Amino acid sequence: MRAGTVQDTIAAIATPPGEGAIGIVRMSGPGAVAIAERVVQSTRRLSQVPSHSLVHGKVVDEGGRVLDEALVAVMRAPRTYTGEDVVEIHCHGSPVVLQQVLARLLQEGARPAEPGEFTKRAFLNGKLDLAQAEAVIDLVRAKSPKGAQIAAMQLEGRLSARVSAQREEILDLLAHLQAVIDYPEEGLVDVDPGEMKRRLERLVDEIDQLLAGADAGRIYRDGIRLAIVGRPNVGKSSLLNALLGEERAIVTPIAGTTRDVIEERALLGGIPFTLADTAGVRATDDPVEAIGVERTRQAVAGADLVLIVLDGSEALAPEDLEVAELVRQAGAGARVLVAVNKCDLPRVLEQAAVERLAGPWPVVWVSAVTGEGLARLEETAAAQVLGQGGAPSAILVTRARHRGALAAARRALEDAGETIARGLPLDLVSVDLQEALEALGQVTGESVSEEVVARIFAQFCVGK
Amino acid sequence: MSERFDVIVVGAGHAGAEAALAAARLGMRTLALTLSLRGVASMPCNPSIGGPAKGQLVREIDALGGEMALNIDATCMQLRTLNTSKGPAVQTLRAQADRFAYSERMRRVLERQPRLELRQGTVSELLVERGRVLGVATKEGQRYFAPAVILTTGTYMNARVHIGEVNFESGPRGEKTTNRLSASLRDHGFELVRFKTGTPARVRRDSIAYEKLEPLAGDPDPEGFSFMTGKIRRPQALCWITYTNSRTHEIIHANMHRAAMYSGAITGPGPRYCPSIEAKLKMFPDKERHQVFIEPEGWDSEEMYLAGVSTSLPREVQDQFLRTIPGLENVEILRYGYAIEYDALVPTQIDASLMTKSVVGLFTAGQVNGTTGYEEAAAQGIVAGINAARFVRGEEPLILDRSQAYIGVLIDDLVTKGTNEPYRMLTSRAEYRLLLRHDNADKRLTPIGRQIGLVTDERYRVFEERWSAVEAVRERLGASRVGCTEAVQEVLRRLGTQPLRPGQALTLAELLKRPEITWAKLVEVDPGLADVDEAISRQVEIEVKYEGYIAKQEEQVERFRRLEAKAIPDGLDYFAIPGLSREACEKLSMIRPRSIGQAARISGVSPADISVLLVYLHARGGRPQAKAVATRG
Ligand SMILES: Nc1nc2c(ncn2[C@@H]2O[C@H](COP(=O)(O)OP(=O)(O)OP(=O)(O)O)[C@@H](O)[C@H]2O)c(=O)[nH]1
Ligand SMILES: [Mg+2]
Repeated sequence: MRAGTVQDTIAAIATPPGEGAIGIVRMSGPGAVAIAERVVQSTRRLSQVPSHSLVHGKVVDEGGRVLDEALVAVMRAPRTYTGEDVVEIHCHGSPVVLQQVLARLLQEGARPAEPGEFTKRAFLNGKLDLAQAEAVIDLVRAKSPKGAQIAAMQLEGRLSARVSAQREEILDLLAHLQAVIDYPEEGLVDVDPGEMKRRLERLVDEIDQLLAGADAGRIYRDGIRLAIVGRPNVGKSSLLNALLGEERAIVTPIAGTTRDVIEERALLGGIPFTLADTAGVRATDDPVEAIGVERTRQAVAGADLVLIVLDGSEALAPEDLEVAELVRQAGAGARVLVAVNKCDLPRVLEQAAVERLAGPWPVVWVSAVTGEGLARLEETAAAQVLGQGGAPSAILVTRARHRGALAAARRALEDAGETIARGLPLDLVSVDLQEALEALGQVTGESVSEEVVARIFAQFCVGK
Repeated sequence: MSERFDVIVVGAGHAGAEAALAAARLGMRTLALTLSLRGVASMPCNPSIGGPAKGQLVREIDALGGEMALNIDATCMQLRTLNTSKGPAVQTLRAQADRFAYSERMRRVLERQPRLELRQGTVSELLVERGRVLGVATKEGQRYFAPAVILTTGTYMNARVHIGEVNFESGPRGEKTTNRLSASLRDHGFELVRFKTGTPARVRRDSIAYEKLEPLAGDPDPEGFSFMTGKIRRPQALCWITYTNSRTHEIIHANMHRAAMYSGAITGPGPRYCPSIEAKLKMFPDKERHQVFIEPEGWDSEEMYLAGVSTSLPREVQDQFLRTIPGLENVEILRYGYAIEYDALVPTQIDASLMTKSVVGLFTAGQVNGTTGYEEAAAQGIVAGINAARFVRGEEPLILDRSQAYIGVLIDDLVTKGTNEPYRMLTSRAEYRLLLRHDNADKRLTPIGRQIGLVTDERYRVFEERWSAVEAVRERLGASRVGCTEAVQEVLRRLGTQPLRPGQALTLAELLKRPEITWAKLVEVDPGLADVDEAISRQVEIEVKYEGYIAKQEEQVERFRRLEAKAIPDGLDYFAIPGLSREACEKLSMIRPRSIGQAARISGVSPADISVLLVYLHARGGRPQAKAVATRG
């Protein structure tokens, strides 16, 4: 046995639960073919068939009883996803059957794969580079279709492509600096410090854009933090329940029902949200309610998005304006939208009053009771966070490591600009440009650094 | 007839001379065999030494205790500092040599060196037994034996000169060549490549109309290359500048097909780093004129060198196109430009000590390893000489890394990446060049040279004095403060720099850090500094002014060293490592890197391969540290 290899064989159901007519159980490792041979009855011996062949057979239990009919794909190392022997059993996807097939493989010596373990093996066997492996792990862990989309995009290297272009630009600058230095007597045109500075600033701007996207990337994974605020009794808890589709928060006609912040996760329009229902805001002597208001203030401060709820069946109250003011103060940086609730009731609240309060914030008219306008509310909420038109075309930075590397590159580029501004010799700029190159190289996988190495050992438990 | 030595050096060019001197100075009984006794350290190309990156190499050779810097300082005709405004790291010296005097002096140094014998002889065969070198045999029938042999045969192996349609077997200056040696190397399993380079015509000194040229004078008060030289106070020669023009270009274009490089007589690409005028016209068709430097070859020489117009065009075309150039209307060519093809070793066959991987005791250095340039050759020469001696004595080799010296960059590039054209040193190849300055080469390498045994007591004393003086001045600058007095404010305003805020006090060092404050200006603030020697103050100024940048670069070096310190055990079987790409297996097996850092620099080895390798080594257990270079300073 080759030293240092993973020696056991892992197995897992590879298709998402409850979907499609075909379900796949996948196995990887040195014992994959042998185990499959014991489990599948076929006219051809699996250990004899050439690599990458598809064999028809029956999956049987230890008593020889047929569990399912299946197509079995046999793929031998190293030309497989994991770089090890891989066997896939394509069954007729009922979840029960898939579970039985998997159990059978485990019985014959495979062990259940941990989440992302196929990818881990692919990485360890040099089939994927770190960035790709990370993207796949994200894909595996993605909680939502959009999250999956981002991971897939990253896998295709869109972030890498963008960062590569930036590296190219820096290499260009360095090359010019170098040419003048290495051939001082050839009458080459000197680097113009002003021009160089402008190009550096452009690069910094581009990285800023990527870093702004990094926030959106986090949002895709952890959910948009949405705080629902408003004066008492406007229907905040009702809206939360409506959005969740279940009766989570207590709803009563009594103002001041909700005393503390309630958080719930929900998938709205394919994007994960963390919704926070809060206590109604009003001047109060009740100490418990006062604490609630303070918590509301904190929820607003920590939110990505704030939903101000107004009651369409009543005139605008001073408290509504107080709420708006609180959001402006505590929620600096967060985006805001306004929902005018209870639009199933006769309208009292004037459009003009709403507009005055909302200013640039978008307004949606809804009813928590009838569900009217809820879809638009979801859409508007997503658009508010992601920018117009959603994010599919944007490049999002989802890894903290990438984010750190981009930030380091940005700092180095700024330092380079500073060196030019101070009128120092241009060769000194190259120290910072090199630093920036190295940092960006960590995103594209063009440089091997100690951090990457450390990370390998932190993420994958090897060598024990 | 046979004789026994400790070290045999084949060739006495720039690499051979340094190699032989280093070995002999380290106590080895050394034989240097040269094709011709008049060809010691000859300069068949530009009669000049130094320039960006190359000047740094010369200083490094000097700091280790080599000869090149002393030799050029003693025989130069002109000295200039280049890149003065581009930054401290890329400032460098360039000298015009009296190439006859240069060669002559080097020959005398070799002849006078105890334990070193310089003899004429054409080596035709390497004597190798069971993977170990035994010695060499010459065409003349002698056999010499030694446990270490250093090949420094330059461009003489299987050399062929091309002038237009004519070509013939010849060394660079019409000397004999060493064809049989190529065959002998092949017999021993070495892979050779065919490289080419070229030179311009040499013209008669008094056939030039100097009144039409721009003169180029040396620096007024130049300092030499060697840390032992100090100021050079001798009359200096002038060089001259002129330019090609559209008529020149027309003639060349019309005859392009007749140039050996383009007619098919020579195949493969020419060297990018010193292109012929034909190549320059092809690559940069829009450039209206190209610079020509006219350089004297020696005080007593009739020959002038035309740098910038190297060519392999036929003779009559060379006559024609040169005469279109202002100042050269009536020029007389003494020797025509030519292209030369020669055999070189694929340098990935050697390791970082410059010993070949397949023949124990055989070292190679200089152009035979695929480099171009006298300085690159000499740099390898001194390392090969040192390591041959250390090999004979059973000691660990001297291996300089990329953060220690240009020499380290040069050798690491050669043995890790190889080269498919003659390799020239460039500052851009040195990623840590802010630390590899020509002003601090002694600080970096003289302690190492001392430990090895090449640095004399005298040199070491000079070194210690210089740096303790620098330290003393730095301390002084760090300790003395200027306060916000009327007199100080007055001076600062006059110097065009920000006056102090009320109550503020700055150290002189802090003041010197301001970009606009030069040493001269600092002396105005504190006239007490006027007594500091110029060489010392210049050093202090660099170290103080660029402290922050130097610190940043040192951090980069830290990161580099961490990967460099992850050792790869000798004799690792890469094909047994699961997951390594086939290409990586092949490359790693061939290069046999010492460390993960070096492995990562091999082309064709991806970061994914490196991850796999790291995981594998980690899983194998233990974290061996790279074998410490015995002489790390
Ligand atoms: N007709 C109608 N009534 C609604 C609507 N939304 C909420 N209500 C009623 O309004 C009252 C208050 O609703 P809650 O959801 O408890 O209001 P809240 O804003 O959470 O109140 P506090 O927790 O006290 O701040 C309840 O009686 C709800 O049934 C709506 O869209 N239409
Ligand atoms: Mg409530």
